[in-house]
Amino acid sequence: MLKLDRKDTLLLVIVALMTLAAPIILNPFPTGSALAQFNAGYPDLMQRFVIYGIFAIGFNILFGLTGYLSFGHAAFLGVGSYSAVWMFKLLSMNVLPAIVFSVIIAGLFAVVIGYVSLRRSGIYFSILTLAFAQMSFNMAYSVLTPITNGETGLQLTLNDPRILDGARAATGLPVTNLFGFEMRSTAHLDIAGWGFDFSVGYYLSAVIMLLAFYLSMRIFRSPFGLMLRAIKSNQNRLSYTGLNARPYTLAAFVISGMYAGLAGGLLAAMDPLAGAERMQWTASGEVVLMTILGGAGTLIGPVLGAGFIKYFENIFSKINDSILHQWFSFMPDGIEDFLVTLVHPFIGKGWHLTLGLLFMAVVIFLPGGLVEGGQRIGRLFRRNKAGDTASPATTPAE
Amino acid sequence: MGILEVKGVNKRFGGLQALGDVNLNIQENTVHAIIGPNGAGKSTLLNVLVGKLIPDSGSVLFNGQSVLGRKPHEINQMGISRVFQTPEIFGDLSVIENVMIPCFAKRDGAYRLHAFESVGAEDSIVAQAETMLADVGMLEKRDMHAGSLSRGDKRRLEMAMCLVQEPKLLLLDEPTAGMARADTNNTIDLLKEIKAKRDITMVIIEHDMHVVFSLAQRITVLAQGSPLVEETPENIKGHPKVREAYLGEAQV
Repeated sequence: MLKLDRKDTLLLVIVALMTLAAPIILNPFPTGSALAQFNAGYPDLMQRFVIYGIFAIGFNILFGLTGYLSFGHAAFLGVGSYSAVWMFKLLSMNVLPAIVFSVIIAGLFAVVIGYVSLRRSGIYFSILTLAFAQMSFNMAYSVLTPITNGETGLQLTLNDPRILDGARAATGLPVTNLFGFEMRSTAHLDIAGWGFDFSVGYYLSAVIMLLAFYLSMRIFRSPFGLMLRAIKSNQNRLSYTGLNARPYTLAAFVISGMYAGLAGGLLAAMDPLAGAERMQWTASGEVVLMTILGGAGTLIGPVLGAGFIKYFENIFSKINDSILHQWFSFMPDGIEDFLVTLVHPFIGKGWHLTLGLLFMAVVIFLPGGLVEGGQRIGRLFRRNKAGDTASPATTPAE
Repeated sequence: MGILEVKGVNKRFGGLQALGDVNLNIQENTVHAIIGPNGAGKSTLLNVLVGKLIPDSGSVLFNGQSVLGRKPHEINQMGISRVFQTPEIFGDLSVIENVMIPCFAKRDGAYRLHAFESVGAEDSIVAQAETMLADVGMLEKRDMHAGSLSRGDKRRLEMAMCLVQEPKLLLLDEPTAGMARADTNNTIDLLKEIKAKRDITMVIIEHDMHVVFSLAQRITVLAQGSPLVEETPENIKGHPKVREAYLGEAQV
């Protein structure tokens, strides 16, 4: 099916089912219960899961396959967002032209930045990409204010031309839509205490993410993907084998830049504003973390990593001291206060600390990321089942 | 006219004359060895031939075309393959993938964006790679991780990767360096077998006289950056100039 082998098809089907059922899967706790704050099934967060998933899938095509570590991919994310918002301002509130435009513009940017940066490899390549991204960030923040609206960020206004559907926007700010389906519209479903939200925006992002995932799968299994892995493995041998590494790396760079642009465009489609901070180096670092945390060079890893980090960012950061007091209220007062003080640095604004510790643990104990963790558990499970007959599998990471 | 003609090549590194007026004429379909004591310029000469170094003066013609100024991948596409002193393979990939990559390079040229085909569906490439692996006796290891092969197998794999492209000229840079005697003999047998099966020109740079005299049809002795003698193995053995160059180095 779909020109994939059986194992890949299975993986794709599982990812598709999980993604489409995410509004249910991510809301395992009843709305009123104490654990409801761990529910991640609200549209805004789920959209971020899949959009940053796209970002990380694209980044993985460059970093996971060729080993070129770009520290400036957020520039493409930001460029994508700006392009999309400009489409909303000038053309139409339909998200389709905006997304297409953001991919194209990010791709053009990637050609220029990649052409220059790929003259070097290793740390020098990373520094070049970082320099380009910081340059873009600072320009968006200051010099390019007419295009980016500087600190405030690019927003929709009432007197934008919107040539295609400007007339409709007579009353208030218009909303982004896909042929009339508004991105923010949500169907809410209550079943015996559980509440589920199905939003148009999420499902659009999810379908695009699945397409992006399928495309990356095809790239991984193609001769092109094989060449990219060969570049990571031994560039010297590659050139003495008659292959020119540079166009391959540039193509990988541009493809991953377009993925980033797609993610940026989708972010703007869900919430039509774009700010320069989206291009900052911390955002570039985040996608590196996502990819490594999930498992660089694996198919599903980056998506897992993106979900993991976004979950922490949004859920752990919401827990505050009064919630902690509630949790430990069954303890004697002194111990309760002590526990709250102990846990305090790890929650709320301290979520970075928790994430940092987890990241360290993964890098030290699971160099292959969460995917390796999953594989180890799977192997353990299989060995228990089949006794000791199972051979130590050397299957390549998925 | 030979397949590879080196004319008046000079290369200087600062004060060191690494190659001085090197002239070589390598005949098609022969095994030509280049020997010489340490520092004689053997590796420099090889690096000139594969495009890694550009000489200060002189010319290198392969089948009448100059190779100077071309990138390594362009020189490979002309039909020159290289085996390295320590086997250079794609250690992170499987054995069969290692052999498939040169097949793709041969078929598709230096670059092609084939991102939507599937590697597994490239039947002819897979078959070609498998035949080659069978040829060097490594078919049963096709799915192994290339990085975990033994040194001798890595050498075999590297040879397979070069030969599958059917190069007109194969350059070997000390193919048996650091090998045990048994492995060395295996490599000699492998090279003899390869030579017997196809029309190929080989240039071997080698320290080990046993290897040189087992394989070579012509031998050039290089000393201090210049060719001293070019002769058949029989005539090299007792040559006074060669003895002089090797004095204290090895028994010839």
